[in-house]
Amino acid sequence: MTLDKLLVVAAALFCCGLYIVMTRRNAVAVLMGVELILNATNLNFVAFSHYLSRVMGGQIFAVFVIVLAAAEAAVALAIFLRMFATTGTVEVDLADRMRG
Amino acid sequence: MIRYAHLIPFLPLLSFFINIAVGKRLPRKGDWLSLATIGTTLAMSIGIFYEVFSAYDPNFRYHAVVPWLTVADRALYNTGILVDNLTAVMLVVVSGVSFLVHLFSVGYMHGDPRYNRFFAYLSIFSFSMLGLVLAESLLFIYIFWELVGLSSYLLIGFWFEKKSAADACKKAFIVNRVGDFGFLIGILIIYATCGVLGYDEVFRAIGEGKLSGTLLTLAGIAVFCGAVGKSAQFPLHVWLPDAMEGPTPVSALIHAATMVAAGVYLVGRVYPIFTPDAFLVIAYIGLITLFLAATIALTQNDIKKVLAYSTTSQLGFMIMGLGVGGYTAGLAHLATHAAFKACLFLGSGSVIHAVHSQDIREMGGLRKKMPITFWTFLIATLAIAGVPGFSGFFSKDMILAAALEFGMRQPQHLIIFFGALLTAGMTAFYMFRMVIMTFFGKPKDHHKYDHAHESPPNMWVPLVILATLSFSFWFKSPFVEKGWFQTLVQKPATVANLAKAPAVAHAPAVEHAPAPAMGHKTAPAPHGEAVKESGHGAAESRGAAPAAHGGDAEHDAHIAHTAHSYAMYSSVAVGTLGIALAFGVYLFGWVNPERVANSVKPLYDFLLNKWYFDELYEATVISGSKAFSRGLAWFDLTVVDGLVNLAARLGIFLSWLVGIFDNKVVDGAVDGVANVTIASGSALRRLQTGKLYHYVFVLAGGALIIFLIKAF
Repeated sequence: MTLDKLLVVAAALFCCGLYIVMTRRNAVAVLMGVELILNATNLNFVAFSHYLSRVMGGQIFAVFVIVLAAAEAAVALAIFLRMFATTGTVEVDLADRMRG
Repeated sequence: MIRYAHLIPFLPLLSFFINIAVGKRLPRKGDWLSLATIGTTLAMSIGIFYEVFSAYDPNFRYHAVVPWLTVADRALYNTGILVDNLTAVMLVVVSGVSFLVHLFSVGYMHGDPRYNRFFAYLSIFSFSMLGLVLAESLLFIYIFWELVGLSSYLLIGFWFEKKSAADACKKAFIVNRVGDFGFLIGILIIYATCGVLGYDEVFRAIGEGKLSGTLLTLAGIAVFCGAVGKSAQFPLHVWLPDAMEGPTPVSALIHAATMVAAGVYLVGRVYPIFTPDAFLVIAYIGLITLFLAATIALTQNDIKKVLAYSTTSQLGFMIMGLGVGGYTAGLAHLATHAAFKACLFLGSGSVIHAVHSQDIREMGGLRKKMPITFWTFLIATLAIAGVPGFSGFFSKDMILAAALEFGMRQPQHLIIFFGALLTAGMTAFYMFRMVIMTFFGKPKDHHKYDHAHESPPNMWVPLVILATLSFSFWFKSPFVEKGWFQTLVQKPATVANLAKAPAVAHAPAVEHAPAPAMGHKTAPAPHGEAVKESGHGAAESRGAAPAAHGGDAEHDAHIAHTAHSYAMYSSVAVGTLGIALAFGVYLFGWVNPERVANSVKPLYDFLLNKWYFDELYEATVISGSKAFSRGLAWFDLTVVDGLVNLAARLGIFLSWLVGIFDNKVVDGAVDGVANVTIASGSALRRLQTGKLYHYVFVLAGGALIIFLIKAF
């Protein structure tokens, strides 16, 4: 196992997440894509920390990101619930009231 | 008494203020107040006259001054009063006639709606006239001069509902202004050269040669212009006949006895400043006036118009008399004329009151109906006609003597005497024509005759008093050579600096103490020449050309004596002739006056229309001023208004330009900023799609670009 391979996996994971975020219209799916991106980042943190650093900074950042992702998911799901309650849908295309 | 002389004018002034303010609410509308004040004034005047008369000194002078304008304890101008013999006589004349006219007015103006105002106006006139008489400087005489003009204006226009009265008062005021303007110029010339205005100071300054030669002549003539206006001399005589539109007592007081005589008084007051040339002008103006007015009076049929022209003519006599060197003569005629002319006017008022007409052709035979009016009127007429024994003879004779003496010394001016003599005859004729047509013969209008009645006592008492004063013994006893008037009022020596001779200053002893000097009596001046002259008879008529005739007093006296006798005989002769002619024509009917009038129709019409003076002035002066005014109006409308309008147009044009700039440039800039903002905003709003994946795409694209830039 080398750093390169891990980075490639993380990049693939990121691209998958990005693709999901850009293409999916369901808010929950977009949230999942975001989770993928975050985890790709986590993988990068851990990989770089493992191979290039003597301290455990990357791992600790990864733990922070996981916690952040959990909090983000909770907030986002709550917003989606409110959105559904008012508009009856969670399609992100339709939530474009902020359009200029 | 003389120490209180300065209070005299203020009594009538007080009465004026009270009557004009609350007169309507006073009992009897306040006529008693005016009567009481003027009565007190008369008493004081008589008191002063008595004092002056007791002194019996030709050089009597009471001159009291107080500082008037004081700046930082320095008196810039003194004011005060001057009482000499002439003033004392004038005080009695003015307040006496004024008192009698007040008394007469109580009856005459009875029931007039503006009764109290009439008495208020009479009071302010008395105030002004007394002030004029007492003034001691040219400035103050000018102030009071204008005040009498104002009172005259108010009283002529007293019945201003009548258009003729309203026009007459305007005419009187405006014509007087012309003369007053000349007066003002004269005062200004004197002030500019001498720097003083008090009579004595002016005389002294001129004596010192500060003002001399042609300019002095001009100054004298300019001052005389004031007299021309006020005393209705040719060419400003046109206002006086029209002034008869005022109530008759006013005509008697102002336009016969006192105010019109103010011009004569003025000439007498400033007598020393006149040069021989100025005297010549004065004499000829007087001559023209007396002849012209008498010829007009021959044809008039309105009783007051005849009297008005006769007044003008008599004023001409006075002015002419002063002009030919008859100082005493002219002023004596002033005093005598005041009495008998006031009597005539009040008598005419009594007649008008009785028959309600002013046309003598509608009267006749009133002798029996109004005996008192008739007799007083007759006495006054005898006086004006110059019949011996009456006051008019006394004074007119002196004037004619002075004129003849002047003519004998300078034969080229003998015409003055003959003109005056002819006019004296005409005076007798037209006055008796009026008396005969009014009082003699058969009544021409029976309706009016039947209603005629004698006037009440408060109207005939003044007539009787004035008629009594028309006898000559008041002025000169027949048994003495020289009356008191001739002794007391003597010609002052000229101060004009003639032929570089050392000037004889007139009364130089008067000191102007700047400190309050009310009641300070000046010592009689040494008065070189006058004292010497007073020893001889007829001092007033000597020295018509003082410089030319130095010595040879005997020769002078001879001329004076000859002139006096010839003048007396000829004046009696023409007077008698005139009276006889009047009786012959109008009573006995030797000649039919209408036939005579028709045979010289052009001349008659010429006289009847007053020499066409009104028409002449209408055609020249009045239309001239109107044309001038029209020219000015045109100038105003086209040029001045044109300029103003041009400025306005220019303003409008400039504003239009500025408006364009504002609209296009300034607003353009502001709108441009807004428009750019709007345009850019609407362009940029497209970027804000609200679609999440667009943002993510841009984010990722941006990151990719940064990555690519970093990578290579």
